Amino acid sequence: MSAITMRELTKVYPGGVRALDALDLEIADGEFFALLGPSGCGKTTLLRTIAGLEVASGGSVRIGERDVTNLPPGKRDVAMVFQDYALFPHMTVRDNIAYPLRIKKVDRRSRGSKAADTADELGLSGLLERRPGQLSGGQQQRVALARAMACHPQVFLLDEPLSNLDARLRLEARTFLKRLQRELGVTTVFVTHDQAEALALADRIAVMEGGRIRQVGTPTEVFRRPANTFVAGFIGSTPMNLIDARVRGDELSVARAGLPLPDDARGQVTDGERLVYGIRPEYLDYSPTAVPGALTGEVVVVENLGSVSLVSLDVPGEDTEETGPGRTSVQVVVAEGGEPEPGDTGWAVPRPGRSLLYRDGNLVTAAATAGVPAPRADAAARS
Amino acid sequence: MTTGTAPAPTTEPTGPTVAVRHLLAQIGRYTFLCAVLAFFALPLLWLATAPFDDTPTVTASLPRFTLDNFRALLDNPYALSSLLNSVYLAAGTAALVVTFAALAAYALSRVRVPGRDALLYGLLLLSSIVTGTATMVPLFELAFRLNLIDSRLGVILILSGGLLPAAIFILKDFMDSTPTSYEESARVFGASPLQIMRHIVVPLVRPGLATVGVWAVANVWGNFLVPFLLLRGPDKAPAAVIMYTLYTEGGQADLRLLSTFSLLYSLPVALMFVFVSSRYGFRFHGGIKR
Repeated sequence: MSAITMRELTKVYPGGVRALDALDLEIADGEFFALLGPSGCGKTTLLRTIAGLEVASGGSVRIGERDVTNLPPGKRDVAMVFQDYALFPHMTVRDNIAYPLRIKKVDRRSRGSKAADTADELGLSGLLERRPGQLSGGQQQRVALARAMACHPQVFLLDEPLSNLDARLRLEARTFLKRLQRELGVTTVFVTHDQAEALALADRIAVMEGGRIRQVGTPTEVFRRPANTFVAGFIGSTPMNLIDARVRGDELSVARAGLPLPDDARGQVTDGERLVYGIRPEYLDYSPTAVPGALTGEVVVVENLGSVSLVSLDVPGEDTEETGPGRTSVQVVVAEGGEPEPGDTGWAVPRPGRSLLYRDGNLVTAAATAGVPAPRADAAARS
Repeated sequence: MTTGTAPAPTTEPTGPTVAVRHLLAQIGRYTFLCAVLAFFALPLLWLATAPFDDTPTVTASLPRFTLDNFRALLDNPYALSSLLNSVYLAAGTAALVVTFAALAAYALSRVRVPGRDALLYGLLLLSSIVTGTATMVPLFELAFRLNLIDSRLGVILILSGGLLPAAIFILKDFMDSTPTSYEESARVFGASPLQIMRHIVVPLVRPGLATVGVWAVANVWGNFLVPFLLLRGPDKAPAAVIMYTLYTEGGQADLRLLSTFSLLYSLPVALMFVFVSSRYGFRFHGGIKR
C-alpha cells in the first residue's frame, strides 16, 4: 500500500512528441484514481511511466518511500492489467494467475494453491484448467485481475479496464471493480477515455490534455466546478452549455437575458467585461411560459434519453461589434412528461449556485472558496 | 470472372454447341493435368517399386518382389552410418539455425533499428551466395585456415550461415504477430528477457520454430556440395555424398543399391514433415491460434 508522487514528470518520445509535460501529481495511499482524457492526451503514457514500461525523460516518480524513476518494471512492486488483458494464450487460467509467483520462484505446489485461492475470491474456481481463449470477456478480465492480485503489489495499474467488454457487461464489471478495490484497499490507478466511467469509479480524477493535467479533483468537484472550459466540455454525458456573456453592473447579460452573477464571481469581474457563461443542461429548468431571469428561444430538437429528454433551444447570441447578433444553441434536460414540441418557444432557468463563469478558458472564482486546489489551476494556466 | 468465356453478343450460339465446347475444354484441361501429374508421379512410383525389384531399370514397372536389395545395402560399410552422419549434420544445423534465428528475429522484431528491413533483405540476398557454388573456394580456404576441414562442425557452421538469413526472415514475421502486451505484462511481473523468451515467446511462435527446423533439416539433408568438399573420408560423409559412390565397378549406376538407398534416404525427411505438419501445422506466416 503506497502513495504515488510524480514531480516534473516529462516524457518526450524519439521524434520530439512531448507526451508528458512537467507533470506534478500526487495519488494518495489506497486511492482509486482515474486518469481521464481524450486519446493522445498522454494518460496511457503516464500509466506506463508509473509501471516502468516507459522511461521518463525527466522528473521523478516515487511509490511510497522509494524513488522508482530508474527502476525496471519488475522491481517497482506494481501490477498492471492491460487493455487486451494480455493473458498468455498457451497457459491455463491456473498457470496464468500463478505466473507472477513463478517468476518469484515460489514452488509449484504452493503457487498452484495460491492461484486457486485467488481465483476463488474472484469467482473463477471452476475455470482453472481452461485456456484464456475458452473464456468470456468478463471472465478474462477477472483472470487478469486475479493475476495482478496474486503477487500482492503495492499499486494496481489498469489500462482501460472496461473498454473490451460489451455495454451490459461493462456496468456489471464496473460495480465489481469498485467493490474489489474497496475490499483490497490497494492504491489503484486506471486510465479511461470515458468520463462516465471515471465519475462512477474513481475517488479522484485527473483530467488530462496534451500531456498536462487540466484539473484534479473528486468526481463531484470535476463535474460541478470544472476548472476550465476544456474540462467543462469533456465531463458530463451532455457537454456544458458555454455561452458568450458580458458583465453589466450587478448582472450578467447572457443571450440578451439578464442573469444574476454567480456568487463566487462577485468582486472578481469588472463592469463590461466579456466572459463565458457555463451551465450544465442538468442544471437548467425548462419552462413553457415566460419567467424572469431565463434564457429563451425556439425549441429545435428534442432527443429522448429514456427518463429525460434533451431539448435544444435556439437562442439569440450576445451582440458583438464584429459579428452583430449571432445565434447560439442551449441544451436543457427536461423531465419526462414536460417535453415540448419542436417549434415551441421555451424558457430555461438556471438553478441558483450552479452557473459558472470562465475568463480566457479558466474558471473565475474566489481562490479561497474554490473546490479546486489553487496550484493545479496555476499549473494549467502556465501553459 | 466469366468475362473471358462469355460468347459475343452478335453470334448467339445454340445450347448444345456450348455444352459440347465446354465438355471438350474440360477433357483437354484434365488430360493436360494428368500428363503433368504423371511427369512428377512416375519418379515417386519408381522410388516405391524399384527397391523391391531384383532387376530394377530406370523405368517404373511391376516389381518381382525381393528384399535382397536391402540385404545388399546393409553389406555396404558406409550406407547406414552415412544416414546417421546426415542426422548429425541436420540436427546440429537445425539446432543452431533455430536458436540463433529465434534470438535474432526476436531482437529485430522488437528493437527499432534504422534500415532494419534493408538489412534483412540484404542478408537474404547474400545468403543464397554463401552456400552457393561460387563461394566454395573461399569457404574451403576459410575452413582450411580455421582447421575445420574434415570436421562436422565446419559443415554445420557453413550450412547454418547459409540458412540463417532466410530463417530470421521467416521467424521475424512470427515474432511480429505476437502482441507486445504479453511481454510487457511479464516484464511488469519481473520476468527477465530470457525468461520472457522461454515462457512466452517461444511457446507462442512454436509453429514457426518447427517450420524453420524442418526446413533447415530438409536443406541439410539434400545438400551435397558442402559436405562433399569439406569432409574427406567416407566415414563422416552424409547420405547425400555416399549416394554418389553407389556405382558398379564398371562405373555404371548400381540401380538396385541406388533405388534402395534413395528410399531409405527420403523416408526420414518425409516422416518428419508429416509429424511436424500434423503437430504444429507447417506454415510460413505468423499469427496465434488461440
